[in-house]
This record gives sequence, structure tokens and C-alpha cells, in this order.
Amino acid sequence: MPVPEECVQGEMTQVFSKGTKKKEKKMPKRIPYSYFRSSCSWRVRITLALKSIDYETVPVNLIKAGGQQFSKEFQALNPMEQVPALKTDGTTIGQSLAIIKYLEETRPTLQLLPQDPKKRVLVRMISDLIAGGIQPLQNLSILKQVVGQENQLAWAQKAINSGFSALEQILQSTAGKYCVGDEVSMADLCLVPQMANAERYKVDFTPYPTISRINKVLLVLEAFQVSHPCGQPDTPTELRA
Amino acid sequence: MSESGKPILYSYFRSSCSWRVRIALALKSIDYETVPINLIKDGGQQFSKEFQALNPMKQLAIIEYLEETRPTPRLLPQDPKKRVLVRMISDLIAGGIQPLQNLSILKQVGQENQLAWAQKAINSGFSALEQILQSTAGKYCVGDEVSMADLCLVPQVANAERYKVDLTPYPTISRINKALLALEAFQVSHPCRQPDTPPELRA
Repeated sequence: MPVPEECVQGEMTQVFSKGTKKKEKKMPKRIPYSYFRSSCSWRVRITLALKSIDYETVPVNLIKAGGQQFSKEFQALNPMEQVPALKTDGTTIGQSLAIIKYLEETRPTLQLLPQDPKKRVLVRMISDLIAGGIQPLQNLSILKQVVGQENQLAWAQKAINSGFSALEQILQSTAGKYCVGDEVSMADLCLVPQMANAERYKVDFTPYPTISRINKVLLVLEAFQVSHPCGQPDTPTELRA
Repeated sequence: MSESGKPILYSYFRSSCSWRVRIALALKSIDYETVPINLIKDGGQQFSKEFQALNPMKQLAIIEYLEETRPTPRLLPQDPKKRVLVRMISDLIAGGIQPLQNLSILKQVGQENQLAWAQKAINSGFSALEQILQSTAGKYCVGDEVSMADLCLVPQVANAERYKVDLTPYPTISRINKALLALEAFQVSHPCRQPDTPPELRA
């Protein structure tokens, strides 16, 4: 199914594909390079929404034409050849948690990290567990190297179950309404997209009641809804909400 | 905390993640006690129920906590634009390279594939890193001050050497690694000098 090349709302957007660059209107300050389905991209979109930061997404399709992230143009922007990347303040930065922390420091409204260092380390720990310990082990580029579709599913499930077992245990002592206490934090931004991945790989959630409960509560919040993969400029028609 | 009030570090001499934290503790002159956790013996002591109950604090979260509670010397620049570069490089290594070539993943890949798998993960990350460092590096990864990025770099280069990665394509990484290894904090924390370093690997 061809991915729509323009933002569905009809606004002109810089399209990230070779030879079809269009003249853009005045570019906004912040440009996230994002794939609708990428959990790392979703984390950054949630952050931008929570902090009410204006942005315009440039979609990067990770599958089409061998993966637009490998194009020379994108590689020049982000040598890591990954999404998300964020163009902001005259520079382009990669790595979702680095981006989120940068936004946290330069746009402190609606804090995503608690003031108290002891609570802050818990938020970081949970974020690192997901962003460093689960997601990289089940992302597209790793799964491509695992031969055979059933093996890929088993591999992804193993990575997620392994991480979720640890996370469920940690949340027993850290969670209130959300991952750490009762305020939405960077940990929550990591949790929801990872749960979406888990659903996609048919992970059984029965062993993870705390993760499930928190995920459900977060999905009700507007920032998590407007940034959801089912409503992005590059969401294919059949997956749109 | 130990009985003496010192922090306790659960560490494996060879683990690059443990080494990062040891460097941070050394740079900040924080006294600590090591409790060695052998990642291989008995199927891996990290899987014991006791260890799971105590831990796992992850990676860079520990270093950032140390940075906030013992701010000197700084491991993160004051300027947000430099700070994001330090974090980006740290995350590239800690999230993008290391997890893809750690023990538990390599076990799943099968012995005959392990070397190739590890080399691929490291080469992939190092290519990106070498390019990034062209614009960020001074004496060290970001400018001329040692930062969290440098703490991540050195242990990862050690892993690269262990997996026989050819470092010729990465002159900036190699130069910075060499400069850092001359510093005391990187030497005292080195895997070859830990309480649990086997005799045959001791410096």
C-alpha cells in the first residue's frame, strides 16, 4: 500500500524522498523526522505534545525503497540513520532520550523529570530499561538479521518479556498513578510506545498488570492520543484510526 | 549502602556498563565497595533471585544520579546544546551498540555467529560515531572536557578490541580513546585491575 507522500491535512510538507522535494512554506522551528510506527519517534512526539511545542513532522519511511533512513540526504542529517531526529535551534539531534532531555532543559513547562534526584533516577532507570534494554533488541534493524518470520516473532517476544518482567517488578515500588508517583514523566513516554510494540508482537500481558494499568491510564491523555501512530501524516490508510 | 556508609557497586570486571560507572566514581573521587557479580559462572549470577531483588539500576541513570548528587567534576556540560551532544553520543553507545553485542544477546545468536554479529553491531555504531565526532570532538568526545560520552567510549573500544574489530576506519575514536586511557580514573577502573579480575587477565 503506497504511503501518502504529503501530510494528510493538505499542508505542504518537505517530503523526504529523493527527487521530489517540494517548495515549503515558512518552516517551523522544530522538525521531527519520524516514522509513524517507530516507538522511539512516538516518544518524541508525545513530548512535543505535552510541552505544547509547535512542530511539523517530516516522515521517514523505514521500509520503502530499502529504507529512507539510509538515503544520503538523511545520513547527512543524522549519521545514525535512525528516527527520530529533531531539527531544532540550528542543529539536528538524534537519540530519543537525548532529544527529550534537551526539550526538558530548554522548555521546562510541564516537567518530565521530577525535581528530587532520587525520584529522577527512577524515571531515568525505567526509561533506560525500555529505551536501552528492550527496544534496541526488537527494532527493525535487528529483526531483519534474524532469519525467518516465526523466529523474528519469538525473538521480539523474548526481548520484550525479559524487559517487562524486570519492569513490572520495579513498578511495584515506584508506581503511583503513573510509572513514578502520580506525575507523567519521561518513563511514561517510553512505556506506552513499548506496549504498542508488545501488542504488535502478540506478547501476553497477563503477567504485567501494573504495566497494563498504567498504559491504559496514559492512553486517555490527549498528548498520547494526538501523537499516536494511527493518526500521523505517514500512517497508511488501512491503519488510520 | 555498606555498613561503612559507602556506596556498593555490583560489578563484573569485564562489563563495559560496570566500567562506565567505575570511571564516574573514580573521576568524582567517590569511595565505594565492589561486590563482584560473575555474568558467566553458575549460569550467570545476575540471574540469581537475590541480585534481581536488589537491582537492576541501569547504566547511564546511575551516572546522571552521581552527576546530580556530586556535581564536581562535571560530566555533563552546562550549555544545553553541548549537553545534548554528550547525551546523544552516550545513548548511541549505551543504547545503540552495547545492548546489541552483550553476553545475553550473543548467547542467542549461536557461537559460530557471535563474532560476526558483534563486529557488525560495533562497526555499524562506530561508523556513525566517527562521523559525529568529526564535528563534536576536541581533545575528547565533546570539546576539551571529559564527559559522560567519554565514559561510554572507552569501554566500548575495549569491547571492539575483544571482538577483533578493525579500528583503522575510526581514527578519531582511536585518538580520543588513547588520550582517555592515559587518565588516572580510566586506569584505576580498568577491567584488568578489579577485585574479580582473573589472574591471567590482571595487569
